[in-house]
Amino acid sequence: MAKRVLLIEDEPNIIEAVRFILSRDGWSVDTHADGATALSAVARRVPDVIVLDAMLPGRSGFEILRDLRGDSKTADIPVLMLTARGQQKDRDMAARNGANRFMTKPFSNAEMLACVQELYAATQSPGA
Amino acid sequence: MANRPTEPLFLERQTYRRRRLMDAARILPVAGFILCMLPMLWAGPGAADASVAVGGLYLFGVWTLLIVTAGILSRRLIRAAPPDSGTR
Amino acid sequence: MLTFNMLVLACFAYVAFLFAVAFLAEKRALRGRLGILRSPLVYTLSLSIYCTAWTFYGAVGYAARSGLEFVTIYLGPTLVMIGWWGLLRKLVRIGRTQRITSIADLISSRYGKSNLLGVLVTILAVVFTTPYIALQLQSVTLSFSIFTDGYAKGTAFWVAAGLAVFTILFGTRNLDIDERHHGIVTAIAVEAVVKLIALLAVGGFVVWGVAGGPGDVFRMIEDSPISTWKMDQSRWVTLTFLSAAACICLPRMFQVMVVENSNESHLATAAWAFPLYLFLMSLFVLPIAVVGLNVLPEGSNPDLFVLTVPLAFEQKGLATLVFLGGFSSATSMVIVAAIALATMVSNHIVMPIWLNARKGGATVSGDVRNVMLRSRRIAIMAVLALAYFYYAMSGGGAALAAIGLIAFVGAAQIMPALLGGLFWRGATRLGAAAGLIVGFAVWAWTLFLPGIGEGVLISSQTMAQGPFGMGWLRPQALFGIEGLDGVVHAAIWSLTLNTGVFVALSLLSFPNPVERLQGAEFVNILRYSAGARAFSPGTVDAEDLLMMSQRILGSAEAQALFQSVALEQGKEGYLPDTTSAFLERLERELAGSVGAATAHAMMGQITGGSAVSVSELMRVADETAQMMEYSNQLEAKSEELGRTARQLRVANEKLTALSIQKDEFLSQISHELRTPMTSIRAFSEILRDGGDMEPEARARYSRIIHDEARRLTRVLDDLLDLSVLESGQVTLYNEVTILGDIIDRAIAATGQNASALRIERQPLQERLVLFTDADRLAQVFINLIANAQKYCDADTPVLRILVRDNKQHAVIDFIDNGSGIPSEDQALIFEKFSRLGDTRASGGAGLGLAICREIAARLGGSLTYVPGQGGAAFRVTLPRRLTNADAEAAE
Repeated sequence: MAKRVLLIEDEPNIIEAVRFILSRDGWSVDTHADGATALSAVARRVPDVIVLDAMLPGRSGFEILRDLRGDSKTADIPVLMLTARGQQKDRDMAARNGANRFMTKPFSNAEMLACVQELYAATQSPGA
Repeated sequence: MANRPTEPLFLERQTYRRRRLMDAARILPVAGFILCMLPMLWAGPGAADASVAVGGLYLFGVWTLLIVTAGILSRRLIRAAPPDSGTR
Repeated sequence: MLTFNMLVLACFAYVAFLFAVAFLAEKRALRGRLGILRSPLVYTLSLSIYCTAWTFYGAVGYAARSGLEFVTIYLGPTLVMIGWWGLLRKLVRIGRTQRITSIADLISSRYGKSNLLGVLVTILAVVFTTPYIALQLQSVTLSFSIFTDGYAKGTAFWVAAGLAVFTILFGTRNLDIDERHHGIVTAIAVEAVVKLIALLAVGGFVVWGVAGGPGDVFRMIEDSPISTWKMDQSRWVTLTFLSAAACICLPRMFQVMVVENSNESHLATAAWAFPLYLFLMSLFVLPIAVVGLNVLPEGSNPDLFVLTVPLAFEQKGLATLVFLGGFSSATSMVIVAAIALATMVSNHIVMPIWLNARKGGATVSGDVRNVMLRSRRIAIMAVLALAYFYYAMSGGGAALAAIGLIAFVGAAQIMPALLGGLFWRGATRLGAAAGLIVGFAVWAWTLFLPGIGEGVLISSQTMAQGPFGMGWLRPQALFGIEGLDGVVHAAIWSLTLNTGVFVALSLLSFPNPVERLQGAEFVNILRYSAGARAFSPGTVDAEDLLMMSQRILGSAEAQALFQSVALEQGKEGYLPDTTSAFLERLERELAGSVGAATAHAMMGQITGGSAVSVSELMRVADETAQMMEYSNQLEAKSEELGRTARQLRVANEKLTALSIQKDEFLSQISHELRTPMTSIRAFSEILRDGGDMEPEARARYSRIIHDEARRLTRVLDDLLDLSVLESGQVTLYNEVTILGDIIDRAIAATGQNASALRIERQPLQERLVLFTDADRLAQVFINLIANAQKYCDADTPVLRILVRDNKQHAVIDFIDNGSGIPSEDQALIFEKFSRLGDTRASGGAGLGLAICREIAARLGGSLTYVPGQGGAAFRVTLPRRLTNADAEAAE
């Protein structure tokens, strides 16, 4: 079974870059650009890892995150949050809302790839 | 209530005069009307022959009197109570 | 030899002279240098419009036929004027505070702003003014006929046509908000002098030239056929009353006395000066009549003695002067009467119908004004046509005075409703309407219709035996009372029935809330200063009010008004809070243009109907003056306090918002810069890492890096631009340019050919010379045009670029036909990083409008959003005058 990742991001160029990086590593990449319907997209795709942008049209990434954690079906999916604002309070807010990892843009491609792989590995090993 | 004026007597007289002025202004047209209707007493059918020339003198005389009186009264009235001229 | 052609020439020259006077007066008024135009002298002289050709020719005729009775026509107005303190002062005060535009407006406004009454009075006025104007035409024709031995065919027609043209040219060029016609009033004042001089000249000639002085004249009167005074007593009293009523109720008199009055204290001067004028005009009437009877052959028309006496003594010059005087008095009456009637017709008949038929929808600024002007022009022509037909139908043979008296009795029908309305709070709309209808009907039956001529509309059989043989309805002997003089008979019956019905129905009917409010306000106007409130604000949208006001007042005036009210309230922009004071003021301004009834109806429509609340009614019912005054003052104070508190709160909120804004700004910048950086970094890493990649992919990624780098550069440029502008350190390269060129440049730069947007321009107006920084200004225009290209959501997008030059500023409006920007966002769009709607479609960082606003401010002008135009409308203003600094820099 291929590793599935769902990328929730609205900037088309960033989507293309991330998709290229991840699919080169063998990931099956789905994307979704609208914050308001993000939750239903998660329910549809059932990804192994979610890469979530903080600033989305329709709904804030933090709110989506909170809802994900509130629903038992999606509470355990690891989430990597991306944001253009890198202040401490943003980190704290992400952590509070249940993000597993947090990265500021611009990021290093290698680092992002490694992060996603680690998150996936954590779900595969027992007792995560 | 504002401070009471120190010389109430004078103020009262002024107000009184002003009121009488306004009364005079209201009565003037009535008086004028009566004066103008007086010729009915001596002219008209059934009365002795009245002279147009004399009647004319009387009417124009009354007219002059009314004009002069109105002039004086109006001057006094405007000076006593200048209305809010409020140009539109 | 005085030929017909010379006379016509003289008339033309005279009219041209009047034209010039009126023109100059209007120019002065426009420039605001009113000075003499507002003096009591001009006001008094304009009242002389009371003396028409009836006075000029007909008075002498009247005197020659009936002795001293002619004096009653001038005694009435004299009594009314000297009694100004009681009656006229009230009328003028009401006219000013309620912005009354005509006598129909006054009656309509008093009785609850009722349209019905406005229409009734207008119709009545048109009917009774028609014979009066016909009388003027008749007198002019008669005077011409003296010089041409018989009637010059069609004189009356040409005179009527000429008068229509002059009136339209000067009465309907534009709509003054207050219905003032400075040009006409000044021209009339000049005519008053001409009239007076002409009559005094003839009089002087007769007394000292023909006779041997006043004593001689006295003797001549005693020896003349009219030496005995056979006074008809009923006529003596009745005519005095009628002339007094006419002095107020004739539309032209109401116009000059109340509507054109600019200062109440002028009344004090007119109180003695106008009777003096009348006195002088009447002084020589008897002497002229008597000399005429002496000197001229039996059977000559006494109405023309003023002309024929000088001619009999070979005084050609004097006769010409007299001719001009008569012509002058006829024409001035017709002009003012036509304007007054046209105003009434357009405000009370045309406007309500037109507005009803076009509820909402029209967004063209000032379209209401165009309809009003056009309807007035048509009304003027119609009125003159009617008068001409009356003249033609009645054969022109009646004595001038007889026709005039018919009109007087008609005008007097308005008196009961007027006096009752001014002094009796119990007068109601129903009573007034019923009284008017009854009075009108009786007048028409007993005097107007018979007066057109026997057999024309009422057959001689009906005259003799009554309609269908009903003897008690005979037009000249109602209820079988015979032997009364015709005028007296008509006057007594019509006025008695009018007043009776008026009082009875007023006592029986109950007035509606607006009637009661207006009743209290009118009757008590001299006692109380504050006016009662009329509208509860409810949920009225200021933008809707602005759109409506633009239609009536014109866009410039409406926007200026709204802006000044907003300023008073401490707000910026064009949309003030809809307080009841504002609504009241707006209604009054509108009333000055379309009359109180229509203005009230329009306001009512927008504010959602019901105008008066129960608490308002209770205030009306309360008779104690002090309580009303006091509570008004308290409310005003608390409103003042509330406003100050609100201003303080707003300032505080602004300060807090500012610091939040700074944080927001920083994180926004951060976001805007990092997002393109992300793509750049990601793709450069991909390219650096190499590996197999198709050449297309490689090219594609390189292009993405390039695009994002450019995007980043744009954001950086904008940010830098904005901070330089805000700090005031920007260097402007000012030069002399033409506005049209800059607009051309901007349109070319926005790639207009590729876009679906159609641009409409005004090439002529754009030839405006400016001294400004052309590049920066082009930057602003480019931004506005690009925004329209991006955001206008109409099916066929159109952008109109309108240029206006008001001497101080050049005003350039960019108006598209999309859905505009909602009220709550109108202030927001100028903020940094604000983007409405889809954030990515714009392609920019949301700094465009913020930058443009700064540029406009640095150029000495402004950039604002104008609400109420239907689509998105941005207004750029630029100063036209060079400041000293600019002038120095240019050297």
